[in-house]
Amino acid sequence: MSLEFSADATRKIGALCERYVVSGTKKPVVLAALHLAQKEFGALTDDALRLVAATLDLPYAHVYGVATFYTMFRRTPGGTQTIRVCTNISCMLRGGYEVLGAFETQLGLKKGESNKDFTLVEEECIAACANAPCAIVGTKYLLDIVPSKVGSIIEELKRDPHPESEVV
Amino acid sequence: MPTEIGTKLVSKRFGNEAAKTLAGYEADGGYQTLRKALAMRPEDITAEVKASNLRGRGGAGFATGVKWGFVPKDAKQVHLVCNADESEPGTCKDRELMFWDPHLLIEGMIIAAHALRAVHNYIYIRGEMMREYAVLQKAVDEAYARGYLGKNVLGQNIEVNLTVHRGAGAYICGEETALLNSLEGQRGQPRLKPPFPAVKGLFGNPTIVNNVETLMNVPFIVDKGGAWFNGLGMGRSGGTRMVCVSGHVAKPGVFELPMGITFRQIIDDVCGGVPGGRRVKAVIPGGVSMPPLDIDELDVPCEFDALQTDERIKPVMVRPGEPFNLGGGKQLRTMAGSGGIVVLDDTTDIPKAVWRIMKFFAHESCGQCTPCREGTGWLEKVSRRVAEGRGKPDDVELLASIAHGIAGNTICALGDAAAWPMLGFLTKFRSDFEAAVRQVKAA
Ligand SMILES: Cc1cc2nc3c(=O)[nH]c(=O)nc-3n(C[C@H](O)[C@H](O)[C@H](O)COP(=O)(O)O)c2cc1C
Ligand code: SF4
Ligand code: FES
Repeated sequence: MSLEFSADATRKIGALCERYVVSGTKKPVVLAALHLAQKEFGALTDDALRLVAATLDLPYAHVYGVATFYTMFRRTPGGTQTIRVCTNISCMLRGGYEVLGAFETQLGLKKGESNKDFTLVEEECIAACANAPCAIVGTKYLLDIVPSKVGSIIEELKRDPHPESEVV
Repeated sequence: MPTEIGTKLVSKRFGNEAAKTLAGYEADGGYQTLRKALAMRPEDITAEVKASNLRGRGGAGFATGVKWGFVPKDAKQVHLVCNADESEPGTCKDRELMFWDPHLLIEGMIIAAHALRAVHNYIYIRGEMMREYAVLQKAVDEAYARGYLGKNVLGQNIEVNLTVHRGAGAYICGEETALLNSLEGQRGQPRLKPPFPAVKGLFGNPTIVNNVETLMNVPFIVDKGGAWFNGLGMGRSGGTRMVCVSGHVAKPGVFELPMGITFRQIIDDVCGGVPGGRRVKAVIPGGVSMPPLDIDELDVPCEFDALQTDERIKPVMVRPGEPFNLGGGKQLRTMAGSGGIVVLDDTTDIPKAVWRIMKFFAHESCGQCTPCREGTGWLEKVSRRVAEGRGKPDDVELLASIAHGIAGNTICALGDAAAWPMLGFLTKFRSDFEAAVRQVKAA
């Protein structure tokens, strides 16, 4: 099945191509186009990558190579929201692994897994170390997390979701 | 005596919601320095930046004015790229800076672009920073609408464009040449240097890559003069410094502090000390890529040169009695890095902390060079078994020799960034590793 970008995405990609005119190609727009494709189709399937390649006049192999290099891109669908829990040094020192464990228990997911609502990711430092342990969900930061509060944090996210696609 | 915190520049609008809008920023004096700068000759701006002794806040501490001076005079097309990829563990200043004062970054970039005669310019922002991306994009749109950006900036016949470019998850894209590849729409793998970006960078054109904090200091230099800015600092380092303090302190936070402040003052006076009556064991001085300090080394200023040369800091060893050679017989003590200070108290399991750092580097290696790809993987594996109590007697020596094999033998500095802290922790906390391994034998 072949896919198509929405009018909004097509307009955004067109405007971005103007911003990189000096490059002489549309290649610099590939990350933005992949973010948009992931937003519109939920995952970067083969068809989605073919669409990006055709839109930017790039070889499929190049788009595939880029899509598989960066950790925010996914080839299969995930939950509506992605919870990225940092366990790096500053967070580890203040209970980051306990926080990750609490999310795993409360969501019934292991890190890396998804259900309809959530994808749970063990993240490297998210630049909020002074508020460790912390996590990021779209545009929302969860700061100074206490493991016993993780259940209510999840309830709050269900009421007030922050999908990553909201800023794309 | 409480430490005098002193002048605030780049963080002066923290907490000021109103100043995030264009109107609020202008009401607070914003974009006035740009008017002054546009009336100056580009080379005069660069001369002020040279005189200011502003040094790059992204990690290497390279003199900003000197770097700008490397752009060939006859270049047809020059680019300025702001490195907003902040992902060095322990570092959380650029994100706060962009969130609270996006227009200060934009004003700094327009001034720098004028100095460099750069027309097409970019902010490469880390993909995960979605909140900050929204803030920045809104500010850029406002600046275009008001004529600060575009074909004819403030009617002065100068064209400056600024595009916010989102990454998509990869620490290595903070390395400037990987960043440029990522901007060009490729996999984010570092390039061989030379040529350096200032000569051949984005799209093959001379390109200056500067950190967020570096560029946000530029308006203050143009406004008050390079000599004034230099006077705020110490030695060959002008200005103030953003530091991020995390880990085992009572009050972690992001602070703008004088260059000359010592680690002891930061921990005790600014951050309320180590809680629970415990003591400092180790301090990571500038992000996890930098060798640690121990409790006897805390009276050193948090300044670029001091951390490299102060003899109160013990040199990093390959093994006892064999100092690590940084090249040309130079010793490695530590470096100021990115301003990310992580405090580890005396209850910290050092081998476990080191394993977590090595896990990070193994995960983030781009895989181009064999010593880095294989070596970081081995450092993670061996440090893990030591931390988990499955270490072998030779593992301490093995960790040292793997790290030594990586250092200096790779395309980019990520290899060193993994090797140096490994050797640094082994130098200063060797007994912790030996004890972990001995316990296994005894069991
Ligand atoms: C592995 C690696 C990661 C880096 N990450 C960052 C980063 O996230 N932000 C940054 O400003 N500089 C980072 N740097 C340093 C940049 O390569 C470059 O030196 C810096 O952006 C130059 O700006 P400055 O002169 O203003 O410091 C990194 C370097 C390496 C080797
Ligand atoms: S040192 Fe590591 S991260 Fe840097 S280019 Fe080589 S493999 Fe990639
Ligand atoms: S270490 Fe967790 S946010 Fe930096």
